[in-house]
Amino acid sequence: MQLTGAEIIWECLIREGVEVVFGYPGGAILPTYDALSKYPQVHHVLVRHEQGATHAADGYARASGKVGVAMATSGPGATNMVTGLATAMMDSVPIVCITGQVPTSAIGTDAFQETDVTGVTLPITKHNYLVTDVRDLAYIIREAFHIARSGRPGPVLIDIPKNVQNATTEFVFPDENQIRLPGYRPETVIPPEQFEQAIKLINAAERPVILAGHGVLMSNAMRELREFAEKAQIPVAQTLLGLGNFPASHPLCLGMMGMHGEAYVNQAIQEADLLLAFGMRFDDRVTGNVKTYAPKARKIHIEIDPTELNKNVKVDVGIIGDLREVLQHLLPHVEPRDRSAWLARIDEWREDTRRRDILNADSGDALWAVHVIHDLWKATQGQATVVTDVGQHQMWEAQYYHHERPFSLITSGGLGTMGFALPAAIGASFARPDEEIWAVVGDGGFQMTMCELATAVQENRRVRIAIINNGYLGMVRQWQEIFYGRRYNATPLVNPDFVKLAEAFGIPAFRVDRREGVLPAIEAARAVDGPALIDFVVEREEMVYPMVPSGADLHDMIRRPLADERMEVHS
Amino acid sequence: MKHVLVARVENKPGVLNRVASLFRRRNFNIISLTVGETEDPAVSRMTIVVDASKTDASMVQRNLLKLINVIDVEDLTHRPAVRRDLVLVKVQSDSETHADLLRLAEAFQAKVADISPDSMVLELTGEEDEVQSFIEGLRPYGILEMMRTGLVAMARGSSEPAYQPGVL
Ligand SMILES: Cc1cc2nc3c(=O)[nH]c(=O)nc-3n(C[C@H](O)[C@H](O)[C@H](O)COP(=O)(O)OP(=O)(O)OC[C@H]3O[C@@H](n4cnc5c(N)ncnc54)[C@H](O)[C@@H]3O)c2cc1C
Ligand SMILES: Cc1ncc(C[n+]2csc(CCOP(=O)(O)OP(=O)(O)O)c2C)c(N)n1
Ligand SMILES: [Mg+2]
Repeated sequence: MQLTGAEIIWECLIREGVEVVFGYPGGAILPTYDALSKYPQVHHVLVRHEQGATHAADGYARASGKVGVAMATSGPGATNMVTGLATAMMDSVPIVCITGQVPTSAIGTDAFQETDVTGVTLPITKHNYLVTDVRDLAYIIREAFHIARSGRPGPVLIDIPKNVQNATTEFVFPDENQIRLPGYRPETVIPPEQFEQAIKLINAAERPVILAGHGVLMSNAMRELREFAEKAQIPVAQTLLGLGNFPASHPLCLGMMGMHGEAYVNQAIQEADLLLAFGMRFDDRVTGNVKTYAPKARKIHIEIDPTELNKNVKVDVGIIGDLREVLQHLLPHVEPRDRSAWLARIDEWREDTRRRDILNADSGDALWAVHVIHDLWKATQGQATVVTDVGQHQMWEAQYYHHERPFSLITSGGLGTMGFALPAAIGASFARPDEEIWAVVGDGGFQMTMCELATAVQENRRVRIAIINNGYLGMVRQWQEIFYGRRYNATPLVNPDFVKLAEAFGIPAFRVDRREGVLPAIEAARAVDGPALIDFVVEREEMVYPMVPSGADLHDMIRRPLADERMEVHS
Repeated sequence: MKHVLVARVENKPGVLNRVASLFRRRNFNIISLTVGETEDPAVSRMTIVVDASKTDASMVQRNLLKLINVIDVEDLTHRPAVRRDLVLVKVQSDSETHADLLRLAEAFQAKVADISPDSMVLELTGEEDEVQSFIEGLRPYGILEMMRTGLVAMARGSSEPAYQPGVL
């Protein structure tokens, strides 16, 4: 079948199972947009900014486990995708971005809207391509999807010059086994020696802790993780991106570790004699000072990416492989053990955290962000998919929305990209049309991508937006309060009226500034068939506790004040 | 300590850029990098010398392998290998030093590539140490220009699998 490059793009996307593409047109990608009318089975979502397209593809991918697709024109269209690509790269999210490029004959001439996009995105993509011959196109698209989703997933960009989109060739969709990537072997080989060593360490450990990361979700190892933890009676601490990989209500679940993890979780890690790192990469927000990190513990690291072993933390046993497969191999050899003494000790530490829980503190008339998160959790029974932005509200969500289900938290962890939540929530809503989706977003970050409200309306997405409006770039203000003598330079925000703003987009909106108003507003928003927004006006100068100051020892946390100390802190 | 890695890479546009970008981004200290064609037109070969006092060579190896276009990477540091470096040196010469320089060149089995009234270009291919002492020998005469290609290396005998995934 003779097809144009533009048609080949859509034919390939359809065969890769793509149902929705998030994009924004322009001159260099016009032939591809023109061909779109022949392919009604693909739904194109017109975003309002190409960054939104990449985050939407990202949110779609994280919610569905499939590859998300974004499309843009050359030059400014493509450079607007940079933040979204870097976000997906850091968090290992499989997306494919297709960009138009000036015709091959014009490349290198500083032509109108020419940017060296493969050059710009080289360090923030798992791989990228510039297609110079239409005959390569189908192969490249096939490779791109394969690379994006296999091994350690990641973003792939394909830059396609306009003349390649217009050229015709015989279209053949390559077979899986026709993909020829001699240097790419995402498959795993598990060496038996490491295996035996791991088993020995596990069965001998008195005070083990599992560190369950994003990799658990990516390898679909939730069941294996649970069997492992239950059989060996090992408590499970989670990274931010791992939340949901183990049910929060499970007695062995400790919750989030690291900078804003609860103190008992970090205490358990610092006292442990064995750490089992499952699909997590020892980010510096997780370890604090690596020199004093878990000093008493032997460490076993199960990772799909060999470059992660011994990168941040030296480990005793490194096993490269898909986590699920490795756990399946390990499980039969793991001995059931009674570790109640260790669990009881952790529970003692946990008691202190319970006494410091903000929910037990008297807030007087004030509405605190954690009240909002807590009530949202209760109202949705922990079953909603929550997409968060970046800042204090993100950490409170992680602490107070107890995720029971896998893939129910979508957040930018590694890059910490403000503006992520709204477009990512829109993307997630395409992956899970029947589920309840909440975007929890700061008043600062919301304004970075709020243009996507129009997208939500145009597509009538049932996305509920909860703005945690504290009138500050709160997380930065927190650092200024602790480390910069409360000099609040460039962090106070003069905000628009978010309710009126939403209404201007045609979105029903509510404002809440008292605790009693939280649940009714949540219910009102849930009743809307389409996007809805709630402006939660909260206490301005709250702090996220506990906190490990950046670079400090993990056990050296600034604790949440006790309920009766709070008054002093705030007076 | 120097670590010698040989990478076979796909001969495609931009691959050298990917490798160079990796070294810069990960802050790897590289002493030299040479690229050239091989018996297979689809494959190029890079010899990379890593300054192992500053950079963990196994990390370089693993990161190289992670690049889609890198086919395999051999670590030749502790293996019997042919290692060659080529140097061109333009050295000052006059009637007094001319004969001395030729004797020095002969002792190292270096070639005389060019002679002019006040200088000559000498060429030597050899192991790095040999090349280094040749350069030191020429230094007192006045080196005007010098260019080393950087090391190229190849394992002796028939080669074994370059890399086992799963092994640290
Ligand atoms: C304001 C802010 C505060 C933060 N505070 C915290 C905090 O307190 N605590 C915290 O934990 N994080 C925190 N983070 C997030 C942190 O920066 C990291 O993003 C996070 O810790 C990374 O989690 P991860 O290692 O599980 O996931 P990733 O970074 O996604 O790493 C996943 C790992 O799993 C591996 N993997 C992938 N697939 C597989 C497979 N099939 N089998 C085996 N392995 C696989 C990957 O190779 C990778 O190494 C914060 C972020 C922000 C923005
Ligand atoms: C794009 C981007 N710019 C800057 C930052 C630095 N930063 C991290 S958190 C934060 C404050 C976020 O403020 P807001 O969205 O109001 O959320 P809050 O912390 O108040 O909950 C800033 C500026 C960032 N993470 N991303
Ligand atoms: Mg704020």
